[in-house]
Amino acid sequence: MAIGTSRKERIDSLAESSASETGVSLAASAWRRLRRNPVFLVGASIIGLFVLLALLAPVLAPHDPGVRMLADQVSRATNSIPPAQEGHPFGGDQHGRDLFSRVLLGSQQTLLVAVLATVIGLGGGLTLGTLAGAFGGWVDSLVMRIVDVMLSVPSLLLAVSIGALFSSQTQFTVILAVAIVQIPVFARLLRGTMLAQRESDHVLAARSLGVRQRSIVFRHMLPNALGPVIVQSTLVLAVAIIDAAALSFLGLGAADDSVPEWGQMLGNAQNVIDSHPHLAFWPAACIIVVALGFTLVGESLRDALDPKRRR
Amino acid sequence: MALLEVRDLSVVFQRKGEEPFAAVDGISFDVSPGQMVGLVGESGCGKSVTSLAIMGLLPQRGVRVEGTVEFEGKDLLRLSDRELADRRGRDLGMVFQDPLSSVNPVIPIGVQVSEVLERHEGLRRREAALRSAELLDRVGIPDPSRRLKEYPHQLSGGMRQRALIAMALACKPRLLIADEPTTALDVTIQAQILSLLSELVRDTGTALIMITHDLGVVAGMCDEVNVLYGGRIVERAGRHELFAEPRHPYTAGLLASIPRLDAPRGDRLTPIRGSVADNIPWAGGCAFAPRCPNAVDACVERSPEMTRDGERLLRCHNPVGRPAPSEEVPVQ
Repeated sequence: MAIGTSRKERIDSLAESSASETGVSLAASAWRRLRRNPVFLVGASIIGLFVLLALLAPVLAPHDPGVRMLADQVSRATNSIPPAQEGHPFGGDQHGRDLFSRVLLGSQQTLLVAVLATVIGLGGGLTLGTLAGAFGGWVDSLVMRIVDVMLSVPSLLLAVSIGALFSSQTQFTVILAVAIVQIPVFARLLRGTMLAQRESDHVLAARSLGVRQRSIVFRHMLPNALGPVIVQSTLVLAVAIIDAAALSFLGLGAADDSVPEWGQMLGNAQNVIDSHPHLAFWPAACIIVVALGFTLVGESLRDALDPKRRR
Repeated sequence: MALLEVRDLSVVFQRKGEEPFAAVDGISFDVSPGQMVGLVGESGCGKSVTSLAIMGLLPQRGVRVEGTVEFEGKDLLRLSDRELADRRGRDLGMVFQDPLSSVNPVIPIGVQVSEVLERHEGLRRREAALRSAELLDRVGIPDPSRRLKEYPHQLSGGMRQRALIAMALACKPRLLIADEPTTALDVTIQAQILSLLSELVRDTGTALIMITHDLGVVAGMCDEVNVLYGGRIVERAGRHELFAEPRHPYTAGLLASIPRLDAPRGDRLTPIRGSVADNIPWAGGCAFAPRCPNAVDACVERSPEMTRDGERLLRCHNPVGRPAPSEEVPVQ
């Protein structure tokens, strides 16, 4: 009897393992591995925390980030930079505004810039990459030469140049500059996977059925070529945050500092970094942690979607 | 009148800085409506390239296609891309070697079958879905309406090949090219797929070009067999004649290399010596000469012409059995 049950159990466990392996889509199996990956969990928690903070910032912030403290809260000894005190856990900035509230609200700008810049860059890259990969020939050569030229300039330098082109810098010009820098990365990646699809058996089979070119490109090639691009976009989110912060730091962000932005706060803290390092510390720490969160998620997503590592 | 007339078809691959290579070197054959014609040969003899050339699916750069491929009197090689795309799937169908990679992994099977019907018969989505279910049922896929919604990875290899056959035959093409349709499948499934193919082809009156390296497949279905070597047809005969009396040493070698159930145990198989890599170009003699047990001096001196022996065509200086027929066939 005992032998009988143990055998049954063995068979059941075998059946279970085979059932979990067969007929599982790529997305489902990737998700199964992600759920158990500590790297992904840490990254996702960081992102989740900051998204939550950004959404709740207006409610959580104890003070209006644009309003200065009253004069009696500012001690002369601190050079008009108020120290941490009751109701102002981080103290105030150079203009006497509550630092804690500004850091909190800064998360909104940072996430907005990251997401918008990535979406715009992705849109541009998808368009160019699809053109190059679908048509090949001289269209491909033309698009890829433009992309190569853009890639040959260091990305931050390119972003700075583009940002400087605008006569008046705003948050939107920062977004645009960061997005344009990402376009060639996406375009090149997509073009590569599209070309691989063009040679694939199922595209040949679709052509043998007389399927229209439009449908071959958008139904048979593009969806199969998107995987690496999706992974890339999570990594680009991190790059976009850092690039946007760098542009603001260099003074190419919005001229008006009433809307707090981490890179800009960091830039403004430069002059007083010896006496008041905490003014630089908080925004810098936030930038690093958020960027790390997106990088961790991106890396673990790439591993999870890599078919060679599927088990 | 023949449905498909292939005349002097050559496919030459040329890369910059490299010698041009003729994968197909002046092939001519006919296919009549409802006829099943076999193209047989080992890897690299030009079978698949021939089929891709007929379908117009060869890459456009680096390839030169010559000769004519007349389908119902129209030369397919002279059609524009658009006209050709209109005919593919409607008049000409093709079934590929590897059913695992020949379906699009990210869209359901039903959408892929419907797509062909929507494209060529202008059906609306709903009608196309109904017809798709009928088609899947027709190719022996159980529970078709459920299968329509499934993705390729949920289907077995045999199922996928059935689905691909359903797609290729969806618009009742008059010519179906099957390029080694059973190579990637289990032996038990192979037999099912072959009998399904021949049944469907017989029912719809579709002509079939069966491309294979497996003489067993040919023996089971084809009316006429073309044996290819090095991009040329070396022997053509009816199925019965070919198997009863192979004349070309290559055909004879292929037949001798098949294991026999009635051979004494422990007998070794009889292979054809060497490999395709030993070929000499046709210009200087017979490409098969270095591997041929019957090779004579003439074989490396001049290229053998196609000769006619009754219904049989033969390209050999020193064939198996009787001496070569003297009547030369002018290149048609």
